[in-house]
Amino acid sequence: MITEAAVEREHYLNASYGLKSWLLTKDHKRIGLLYLATITLFFFIGGAFATLIRVELLTPQGDLVSSQTYNKLFTMHGVAMIFFFLIPSIPAVLGNFFLPIMIGARDLAFPKLNLLSWYLLVIGGAFSLFAMIAGGVDTGWTFYTPYSTSYSNSWVISTALGIFVAGFSSILTGLNFIVTVHRMRAPGMTWFRMPLFVWANYATSLIQVLGTPVLAVTIVLLFVERVFHLGIFDPARGGDPVLFQHLFWFYSHPAVYIMILPSMGVVSEIISTFSRKSVFGYGFVAFSSVAIAVLGFLVWGHHLFVSGQSLYAGMVFSFLSYFVAIPSAIKVFNWTATLYKGSIVFQTPMLYAFGFIGLFTVGGLTGLFLAALGMDIHVTDTYFVIAHFHYIMVGGALMGYLGGMHFWWPKMTGRMYPEGWAKLSALVIFLGFNLTFFPQFILGYLGMPRRYHAYPEEFQVLNVLSTAGASVLAVGYLIPMIYFIWSLRYGKIAPANPWGATGLEWRTSSPPPVHNFEETPIVSHDAYDYSTVMGEEIEVG
Amino acid sequence: MADHSLTNHAQTESLALRVQFDTAAQQKDASQLGMWIFLITEIMFFGGMFAAYTVYRNWYPEVFAIASSSLNAVLGAINTGVLLLSSFTMVMAVRAGQLGQQKMIIIFLILTLLFGGVFLGVKAIEWKEKFDEHHIPGQAAFHLEGLKDYDQGHAQLFFSLYFAMTGLHALHMVIGVGIILTLIMQAKKGIYSADYYTPVDVAGLYWHFVDVIWIFLFPLLYLIDRHLGK
Repeated sequence: MITEAAVEREHYLNASYGLKSWLLTKDHKRIGLLYLATITLFFFIGGAFATLIRVELLTPQGDLVSSQTYNKLFTMHGVAMIFFFLIPSIPAVLGNFFLPIMIGARDLAFPKLNLLSWYLLVIGGAFSLFAMIAGGVDTGWTFYTPYSTSYSNSWVISTALGIFVAGFSSILTGLNFIVTVHRMRAPGMTWFRMPLFVWANYATSLIQVLGTPVLAVTIVLLFVERVFHLGIFDPARGGDPVLFQHLFWFYSHPAVYIMILPSMGVVSEIISTFSRKSVFGYGFVAFSSVAIAVLGFLVWGHHLFVSGQSLYAGMVFSFLSYFVAIPSAIKVFNWTATLYKGSIVFQTPMLYAFGFIGLFTVGGLTGLFLAALGMDIHVTDTYFVIAHFHYIMVGGALMGYLGGMHFWWPKMTGRMYPEGWAKLSALVIFLGFNLTFFPQFILGYLGMPRRYHAYPEEFQVLNVLSTAGASVLAVGYLIPMIYFIWSLRYGKIAPANPWGATGLEWRTSSPPPVHNFEETPIVSHDAYDYSTVMGEEIEVG
Repeated sequence: MADHSLTNHAQTESLALRVQFDTAAQQKDASQLGMWIFLITEIMFFGGMFAAYTVYRNWYPEVFAIASSSLNAVLGAINTGVLLLSSFTMVMAVRAGQLGQQKMIIIFLILTLLFGGVFLGVKAIEWKEKFDEHHIPGQAAFHLEGLKDYDQGHAQLFFSLYFAMTGLHALHMVIGVGIILTLIMQAKKGIYSADYYTPVDVAGLYWHFVDVIWIFLFPLLYLIDRHLGK
């Protein structure tokens, strides 16, 4: 009966068919899936570059690729992973799909704008992809001037243009989310009844809306300098290359929080669901997201400690960087306190959430090393920095993304993923990740600089470990790719609320109907009130 | 659900209420909030250039003053007046929307369009002057009279900022002209009324914003030598 009901019922996936029904859709759920396909492509492109980097670093000699090619590899790895995978990842896929449902809305406030955002990402991606195929770009993902404006002979303009266009995708998504949260909440869905995932995405949207335009104008200035020879950053005319770094990091440091904040939101949902407890200190966790968004804008100068920034500015930025640790720590402590005396279930999403907490803590604590002026000078531009931000961006953001994908997969597709394989791959990813990046902390501390394709022989053992870890990690990423696709056809049919979770998204069927709810829900409980699901549990179909 | 599509259908004709909204007021609120947030992103966008301007003017105050005096302040002032007038006609278009006067909406939008066009025309003349005078940064022929060779580079910074800032402002004007053209065509179909004129309202916010940017650009670029007491 269950199966029949699910097959018969009309939902967002079978409401209409054909390419046109997808490419012109205004349904936030379908747009979420379009994003999913796009960013998965870029994840594998970025992953391919990473593979080549790690293979080159197996041996101390630069024998696989020339140093010029190596420059292009790490640049394109960064561009693909940051601008076309991590930044859109959780907001544009899971946020797009679930933010409206979680606040009881039929769609985002501006569905057409939402579709436009996806097209902008695709157009931007096409520009950057063209640059990669045509010959690549070698400036590093940071595009520092004057190298990027005057000296580099690679495809700077096409890549930068791609990032510029994709930036507007990010801006419009953020704008859409903010308006939706302000204006589209269901009756009874007060600000403090919103799930923490919504809070996290709201805070992320603030950063997208306030930060991305600054990157956009920075790219415009770089563009006019390279193409029309205007001289905003040209030291030969009295311009200041460090000004470029200021403008660039004004966006690009907060961009890290664009990646990590939504992940924290996912982790809050997962921890609560799989320990059957309301998140400890809900208000603190909610406001810590906003605090991170605000403070994140005040710390960009810690990327310029060795760029000739004044010592006074350095000290202020150092202090403020330490300050961000407070709201971050609030989250970690509150998640831990949520677990206390909870009924913990070790399902796959929970494994990813645990992975997130551990790896994010390592990444965050090593961030404190880098925020310290003296220590930073020792490890600037070494593998210590590489390891630190991969712990945040891969260990943190990506673990949260995968956790969220598993958590919500049944809702998105109406199918369960195979639990055994999923647990295995979560474990493989965790081990592979640590094997890849922990040795890099040591390498960096010992003085191995980033962005070179050759290195002294004494660093080889640690580099081999790291490459071995990367291979394990690659396998770990391929397994979910395979079983997610497999589950679309062969997975068990998912009930409406497989986890016994409290969010509104679990009150509607899996997959949801076109307008999300049969009737607009009226909210009368807090976000994590498990008494609401006690009676009606396993209400299938 | 059935209920919903019923009310939707009834309101579609007069209010163009989209399916994701419950009420027309909610839809209007959302559109306005959306535009305000977009304008905040625009402030951040122009803010990057204003920051660069602040740094360089602080470093090279005399060169900036001399370079500024080579701009045509009279044309700049005329353009400021033209833009203010266009903002006035835009306000009147929104007012006509509130009153549901369809004809007046069109008339005032056309006037706004005209003033916008005049501004861009004057801007084009000014830019042409700069080309004739070899005040184009990045060209070997660049030379600003009254400055030592050493300062020519700094003057190029001023003109780099001048072209970047007025260029992006003009681009925003062009986009605004496009929006107003679309509005005029929509208004001719008679879709705006006292109950539904949100697009006019929201486009008005954008137009005023672009106007305000110019209000800042004009003194910062054209008038900085005035207080040197020449």
